Amino acid sequence: MSWPRDSSALVAANARAPDPDNGVAESVVDLSGVRFSWTGAPPLVIDIKAMQVGRGERVFLRGPSGSGKSTLLSLLAGVVTPRGGSVRVLAREIGVLGSAERDRFRADHIGFIFQMFNLIPYLSVVENVSLPCGFSQRRKAHAVRAGGSVEGEAVRLLEHLDMGAADVLRRPVTELSVGQQQRVAAARALIGAPELVIADEPTSSLDADRRTAFIDLLFGECTRERATLIFVSHDATLAPLFDRNIEFAEINRGSAPERDARLSTGDRK
Amino acid sequence: MIFALAIKSLRNRRFTAALTVLSIALAVVLLLGVERIRSEARESFASTISGTDLIVGARSSPVHLLLYSVFRIGNATNNVSWDSYTVLASRPEVAWTIPLSLGDSHRGFRVLGTTQDYFEHFRFARGRKLEFAEGRRFEDEHDAVLGAEVADALGYKPGQSIVIAHGAGDVSFSLHKDYPFRVVGILARTGTPVDRTVHVTLAGMDAVHTEHDEASADPLAAAMHASEEAGRRDAPGAGHAADDEHEHATGSKRAITAFLVGLTSRGAALSVQRQVNEYAGEPLTAILPGPTLQEVWDIVGAAEKTLLAVSALVVVVGLAGMLVALLTSLSERRREMAILRSVGARPVHVFGLILGEAAFLTLSGIAVGVAALYIGLLAGQPWLESRLGLLIGVGWPSAHELELMILVGAAGMLIGFIPAYRIYRYSLADGMTIRI
Repeated sequence: MSWPRDSSALVAANARAPDPDNGVAESVVDLSGVRFSWTGAPPLVIDIKAMQVGRGERVFLRGPSGSGKSTLLSLLAGVVTPRGGSVRVLAREIGVLGSAERDRFRADHIGFIFQMFNLIPYLSVVENVSLPCGFSQRRKAHAVRAGGSVEGEAVRLLEHLDMGAADVLRRPVTELSVGQQQRVAAARALIGAPELVIADEPTSSLDADRRTAFIDLLFGECTRERATLIFVSHDATLAPLFDRNIEFAEINRGSAPERDARLSTGDRK
Repeated sequence: MIFALAIKSLRNRRFTAALTVLSIALAVVLLLGVERIRSEARESFASTISGTDLIVGARSSPVHLLLYSVFRIGNATNNVSWDSYTVLASRPEVAWTIPLSLGDSHRGFRVLGTTQDYFEHFRFARGRKLEFAEGRRFEDEHDAVLGAEVADALGYKPGQSIVIAHGAGDVSFSLHKDYPFRVVGILARTGTPVDRTVHVTLAGMDAVHTEHDEASADPLAAAMHASEEAGRRDAPGAGHAADDEHEHATGSKRAITAFLVGLTSRGAALSVQRQVNEYAGEPLTAILPGPTLQEVWDIVGAAEKTLLAVSALVVVVGLAGMLVALLTSLSERRREMAILRSVGARPVHVFGLILGEAAFLTLSGIAVGVAALYIGLLAGQPWLESRLGLLIGVGWPSAHELELMILVGAAGMLIGFIPAYRIYRYSLADGMTIRI
């Protein structure tokens, strides 16, 4: 079974939507009647009636592993498209974009931080941070405007995250501690000022002290870059730090377990 | 961007990548090396004799006659009498002749008894004339002229005395010690069997055997000589017109092994060939060198084609090694692909990354292989020349070699499509979440 989707209505809605680059949209994420299953047939993994995240908000999305959080992030990133309903990010209807447009949209507007395996092992710290600028002209232009050059901006962000020491910049990423790797990943997510930063369990490999320090740094950078943050975790102790909490189970009526994601870059068992 | 990532990724896996490059390089060395030796051997083979219209010898198969008269391989089963030679050489269609008398050797190198006409008319490699590196032609019956390789291998210089031996083996118990020759000239290198030949006058050759027959001071050598010659007479196919190829003597008793013929008009070749083959005086065979060379090459050609096929299979094995290396790395690299996807890489980028790696490995393999081949050719050239008589040129790759390189490159890219397509499918299915 599949769900009908009124694509003409969505295209019309998209046509009326303001350009996200102009920054006039109030709602960064706007989900409405979103349904998704991996097989294309019930049971549903995602069944969300409505969910909004406003510009500049720092939202904590909490839910147990396997509840469909990573699938929701894939929908927001445009890696998969919903079987029904509307996923609007920065006032752009993701479902009607072609595959190449979705990839470009993601590169231009969304920064990701995963739980682990965040960095490309054969790239240096600065190259890892600069990576999104290789796929997005928009982010490259932002980075050059902010830091003089992509590398300059990468170093500037790393310095803000206490990673600016020359020996750290030169060190192979595989020799960095987990905490340092997460800060490099944060710098990569923030370079070129994407409007939306999605962090998928980024602190679950860190101890309590480092976790709080990392979140403080992340908040500071998001505020500085005027980015909206969606922070996904199953760790309820972090919830008070955020502007708003969303209990995933309360908004998602999907009952199917998420696919096995033990090796996921973003999810964790 | 993607190609730069591919290079960095390979650098990260440099050990596996180096092994893959090495295996492709070895395959390329083998393929191009075999091809180079094959084409040079063919060229060198075709260059062995030029400008000669007919080769005449005792009745035998054309290939056999060509092999013993030009390549100095094997022995004639019979000789051509001096009378027949003079009759045929004096025909009006004949412009020149070069008599060849073979059968003796010097330390493994064949000795050829001939005349001044050899230096005058013998041509090789599309009309090149024999030239002297040192010294002069033979004039006296004690004079000897050495091929370049004989002089190189034995370190001989003009003025040196040499003794020739009976028979063609490396070691002979029957030396013509009583009749030493003096080296008077050394020929420039030709890349043909001439380089491995000691040239003396027909008169010198006759004199050696007159001495030999008269003296034979060594009873053992004399016994061996007699038994060898008796064996040759009894050998199947041995004729009766001449007792032995060695029974050189002056006048009507003199015999030669074969002779090369140049005609006044090439158009007369077939009619003269027929006349020789039908010659009533003794059974003779005349051959046209070109078609017979082709006939011999066709026999050798089957082996060289097999060799080329084996080298092609080695290339397939080398490329299969690359395929295995790339495929085994894929599962561990799915995380890397997910990260790339999260920063905006499209599945086609991921596809290009793996294809770029395959292209880099293949091209590096070809480059390293070609470099190794040239180093090997430069280093191995003297050995190939001295041991196999092959003059391998170290010039630019031939059009056919370039074709082979392009073929290997294209095959490498084609093979790269397999892992690239697999990772493309993975990345479409995985997105940013790896499910296995």
